[in-house]
Amino acid sequence: MLRWLIGGGREPQGLAEKSPLQTIGEEQTQNPYTELLVLKAHHDIVRFLVQLDDYRFASAGDDGIVVVWNAQTGEKLLELNGHTQKITAIITFPSLESCEEKNQLILTASADRTVTVWDSDTGRQVQRISCFQSTVKCLTVLQRLDVWLSGGNDLCVWNRKLDLLCKTSHLSDTGISALVEIPKNCVVAAVGKELIIFRLVAPTEGSLEWDILEIKHLLDHQDNILSLINVNDLSFVTGSHIGELIIWDALDWTMQAYERNFWDPAPQLDTQQEIKLCQKSNDISIHHFTCDEENVFAAVGRGLYVYNLQMKRVIACQKTAHDSSVLHIAKLPNRQLISCSEDGSVRIWELREKQQLAAEPVPTGFFNMWGFGRVNKQASQPVKKQQENTTSCSLELIGDLIGHSSSVEMFLYFEDHGLVTCSADHLIILWKNGERESGLRSLRLFQKLEENGDLYLAV
Amino acid sequence: MISAPDVVAFTKEEEYEEEPYNEPALPEEYSVPLFPFANQGANPWSKLSGAKFSRDFILISEFSEQVGPQPLLTIPNDTKVFGTFDLNYFSLRIMSVDYQASFVGHPPGSAYPKLNFVEDSKVVLGDSKEGAFAYVHHLTLYDLEARGFVRPFCMAYISADQHKIMQQFQELSAEFSRASECLKTGNRKAFAGELEKKLKDLDYTRTVLHTETEIQKKANDKGFYSSQAIEKANELASVEKSIIEHQDLLKQIHSYPHRKLKGCDLCPGEMEHIQDQASQASTTSNPDESADTDLYTCRPAYTPKLIKAKSTKCFDKKLKTLEELCDTEYFTQTLTQLSHIEHMFRGDLCYLLTSQIDRALLKQQHITNFLFEDFVEVDDRMVEKQESIPSKPSQDRLPSRSLEECPIPKVLISVGSYKSSVESVLIKMEQELGDEEYKEVEVTELSSFDPQENLDYLDMDMKGSISSGESIEVLGTEKSTSVLSKSDSQASLTVPLSPQVVRSKAVSHRTISEDSIEVLSTCPSEALIPDDFKASYPSAINEEESYPDGNEGAIHFQASISPPELGEMEEGSMENTPSQIDSCCIGKESDGQLLLPSSPAHTHSDEDGVVSSPPQRHRQKDQGFRVDFSMENASPSSRDDSCEGFPAYELDPSHLLASRDISKTSLDNYSDTTSYVSSVASTSSDRIPSAYPASPSSDRHKKRAGQNALKFIRQYPFAHPAIYSLLSGRTLVVLGEDEAIVRKLVTALAIFVPSYGCYAKPVKHWASSPLHIMDFQKWKLIGLQRVASPAGAGTLHALSRYSRYTSILDLDNKTLRCPLYRGTLVPRLADHRTQIKRGSTYYLHVQSMLTQLCSKAFLYTFCHHLHLPTHDKETEELLASRQASFLKLTLGLVNEDVRVVQYLAELLKLHYMQESPGTSHPMLRFDYVPSFLYKI
Repeated sequence: MLRWLIGGGREPQGLAEKSPLQTIGEEQTQNPYTELLVLKAHHDIVRFLVQLDDYRFASAGDDGIVVVWNAQTGEKLLELNGHTQKITAIITFPSLESCEEKNQLILTASADRTVTVWDSDTGRQVQRISCFQSTVKCLTVLQRLDVWLSGGNDLCVWNRKLDLLCKTSHLSDTGISALVEIPKNCVVAAVGKELIIFRLVAPTEGSLEWDILEIKHLLDHQDNILSLINVNDLSFVTGSHIGELIIWDALDWTMQAYERNFWDPAPQLDTQQEIKLCQKSNDISIHHFTCDEENVFAAVGRGLYVYNLQMKRVIACQKTAHDSSVLHIAKLPNRQLISCSEDGSVRIWELREKQQLAAEPVPTGFFNMWGFGRVNKQASQPVKKQQENTTSCSLELIGDLIGHSSSVEMFLYFEDHGLVTCSADHLIILWKNGERESGLRSLRLFQKLEENGDLYLAV
Repeated sequence: MISAPDVVAFTKEEEYEEEPYNEPALPEEYSVPLFPFANQGANPWSKLSGAKFSRDFILISEFSEQVGPQPLLTIPNDTKVFGTFDLNYFSLRIMSVDYQASFVGHPPGSAYPKLNFVEDSKVVLGDSKEGAFAYVHHLTLYDLEARGFVRPFCMAYISADQHKIMQQFQELSAEFSRASECLKTGNRKAFAGELEKKLKDLDYTRTVLHTETEIQKKANDKGFYSSQAIEKANELASVEKSIIEHQDLLKQIHSYPHRKLKGCDLCPGEMEHIQDQASQASTTSNPDESADTDLYTCRPAYTPKLIKAKSTKCFDKKLKTLEELCDTEYFTQTLTQLSHIEHMFRGDLCYLLTSQIDRALLKQQHITNFLFEDFVEVDDRMVEKQESIPSKPSQDRLPSRSLEECPIPKVLISVGSYKSSVESVLIKMEQELGDEEYKEVEVTELSSFDPQENLDYLDMDMKGSISSGESIEVLGTEKSTSVLSKSDSQASLTVPLSPQVVRSKAVSHRTISEDSIEVLSTCPSEALIPDDFKASYPSAINEEESYPDGNEGAIHFQASISPPELGEMEEGSMENTPSQIDSCCIGKESDGQLLLPSSPAHTHSDEDGVVSSPPQRHRQKDQGFRVDFSMENASPSSRDDSCEGFPAYELDPSHLLASRDISKTSLDNYSDTTSYVSSVASTSSDRIPSAYPASPSSDRHKKRAGQNALKFIRQYPFAHPAIYSLLSGRTLVVLGEDEAIVRKLVTALAIFVPSYGCYAKPVKHWASSPLHIMDFQKWKLIGLQRVASPAGAGTLHALSRYSRYTSILDLDNKTLRCPLYRGTLVPRLADHRTQIKRGSTYYLHVQSMLTQLCSKAFLYTFCHHLHLPTHDKETEELLASRQASFLKLTLGLVNEDVRVVQYLAELLKLHYMQESPGTSHPMLRFDYVPSFLYKI
């Protein structure tokens, strides 16, 4: 690309050859996002996006403001000002069916050691809690009990009216980095290298007090736990900085599966490479998970991995999906996977079944295309290994979205309105399906014509 | 822009192509004799050949009670413009057709002097000898010191083209009415102030006299009055009477707005209310009155003077200047309006008509015209203003020629057939004259037609023409009536009228104090025999006889006169004129100036103190106007701005002038002005979406752009894909080191960029920082600086990163990187083998092509069945295929052309649905299509 600008060549294909990164040309027939809208309201890194309802979402970031947007039109609906420092966590608190107050609430935690509750419809600041000893790093809502939890250096339980119900003792100076709900009124908190299971005791006839009890410490991770999500009712999954993926039973808190070298479809890949990977631990840290019924998708370093829960192994991977760390991934209903990265790009992948791989040897060039060509001379080796392991699926790049000029922190997918990405370049971009939008605009046009009575004027 | 570009370009005077005409000169013996008027700078197509002035101008004259008709000022105030044209003589002519002057004073049966709020009269006058035709707008202003309190003035639009005056009559009338209204408003204000002052004086005088009388009474208690005392008492009585008179006048002047609105007299109770209103209006309209404008308004500080019993002779005192009469602020406003008029009607009639049709047609396409037209909204508003505001009464009688009345074929006729257009206009006017209720009045009038009355009216006509000594003729009335009676569709008048009757109708109409329109022309044969003007005027038969000469005769005649003869005639009339004035006026010293036709305006300004040059601040403001031109420009205030912007275009070569000198100077200046424009643009481009304020008058800019675009098309074989990029909404980045070259090309290519709304085009002429995704959403054409240093790497990196959104034209390496184009639309739009040579012609060509394109986009956007399923079960695929086949088969679009129409359709949809257009930028639409690199 630069080459032709400076000297003038024909097509810039050089990049693809130099880098193992899989690239896709300018022709992306399967990429539906042909329209974008840049939304600008933030003055600093935008880190969080949270969906409010079918058409609204809120964004928050280091500038301490929360902005509510219309995902359809890109219109800025509300700006919530109140925090003096960057926002560290944001979550929505849906209204109860029974409750008279239908308003959905937004909870935001900030580095100014406060948690603020907002009304998402009016933008009003409902309440503000500032009795924290430390920055709240994670928030979670237990909707069944109608309480919410805040995790900092300790864990606090609050009800809807923002009364502190109970709290734990000081857990650690690093604080809770992740928090999920598991069955039996339990929550799992990731604190440094360990996982702590807490049980919440709701008031019963015996005791009117809420209580929170430490049940168990799980110390199986070698390094800091970066990611923690629920897979289903029966299991949850954790990922650590050095690339350990552990699937836990949510009921008895035992390890169901442990994948240490899961990023490597060929375990006996030469040690040289393993060492290299380990040296750059950032390359294997697990930043984010997403999952569906069958698979757990992990963002490992710069790559993407698909771990099958039934087969208990990695079924597809893309070692260098991005130029830089993958920060967020999401699975779309149509077998598509979207990932965003520090390199400022968003990529759309499709999980495809590989047919009959074992039958005949595949030319190496084929795999080069898939991005295995990092070490070209070894290309043939993994092919054989792969055949043995029968990695039955592949992640195929079907499109990329280039718009942000800095790290894309997070994105949000709307079934009807497309994709919203937020980035360190202070921008939010709304990516839309151009054809569908065009059709919708036509519909609106004729609606307006009809309203104005212009439609049948001539008749 | 819909027009026949080549016809217009043909008749429009403008600079030739870049390459100067360098052919070697022919030997003397082979050379063809030049066009006889060539030394005057005329071209063979110009009708101005016989005229002594180089281009149209506006003349303001006064019928001074001291010196007779005299020119006050011209617009533009440039002696070059009217050249050797005799302003004094022409003032005499135009003032001589006024009918209003005799109308004010003590009407019989009224105790007090009565002010008549006469409507202005609008007259077309021709002087074939001078080769001048004029629209003359008479108005009277009030002056307490003047005879009968009135000062007759007139404003005349003088042109060598008779058809222009006739065709543009309504427009001229509307525009001049505005100017006149402005003058009169200021005058009323000033007059009221003057009256109040006078009243104070009188009051003071009365008190003084009163005390004196009392003292005298006491002094001699003999029981009889001395002659002195009686004199004092008489004096007192006359002062009392004078007070009452002046109070009455004040009432009358204050009652003006009400009377004008309701047309009925006021009951005294309402008076004060109205007065308050009037004073309020005057203060609110003029919040920043400076000290000198305050001259006439009464101030508490004013110390009354004692008024001498014997009033001064009218000849001794110096009459007020026009500016003094009208309050400086209003006066300058009027001047602005007049220069606006001058600018508006510049150029050839053909050009004016085309642009009028153009505007009318554009108004019809209000849904699509935002895409490629410049600031149509502003233009529209201006036109609408002109049509609606100028004195309501004129509207019901003189409807503006809208498109329905003037169907395109009728106006889009060749130059030769303008004659018929003139007639059709006349029909309109006459028809409107006899419109509605007036029709009935007129019928009764006709039946009870009183010859005596008619004579009276004629007499009134003649009063005005006494000084001119030439008969005045109703031009084209008979023709118009005959046409009128023939045309069945418009037959509002079934009785064929004789010209006399028609004229009497017009006159009688005026007496009921409404607008009067008369189209007059001077009989050419008589114009040459000014020896006995007293004998020549009074007979109506004379007029009838002279009719067959007509205006055509005048033109023929004029052509046959050789210049020296003309000069003689001129001298002859010159000699007559002053002597005649001499006989009835005292102002001896002004004879000299009347004999100085070369610089009358100048002398006037010296001697009479008339401000004959418009205030200079407008010129300075003009720069500010350019720089400050922002998105809000469509606001109503821009009307004033554009007015002030006009002086910058004074040297606009686009108007058709016969004078070679002037066009030469304008050519010289031309390059300077463009560079000036571009330098301004450089300072302003950062803040402003489009550095060029595409004000309605930026013809030069259009031409320049067209020329550069033409050059680009000829120079670069890959112009087509580049233009396709612009039309399909893919941002084109013009990369280059030299700012001037980049800017030039960006300006040229901007004509292909569709706008988002009615504001500036999404064009950034010059950017030097790395581009960002926002830029592609905002701008569709960007001039980008190429920096050779490592710092420039960031710029290039950003460019390569966002390459999928852009086409990149590298001016330094002469390469273009953009998607493939295989359509047929752009080749027609930008044919490098085109025969079009002129920039403005090409611009018009582009505009008409784009208009065609817009209509396709409009069809596609608003075709119901293309976008909505006809029944519930219809799939999206079916809909899509229907759209595709419509685009392909019905609209005849090939390959990528479809994308262009689709993009325009999206813009149309967005524009139509936006409640407040221009508030946001539309989304960035793009396609994932491969790009190719083109090289020369």
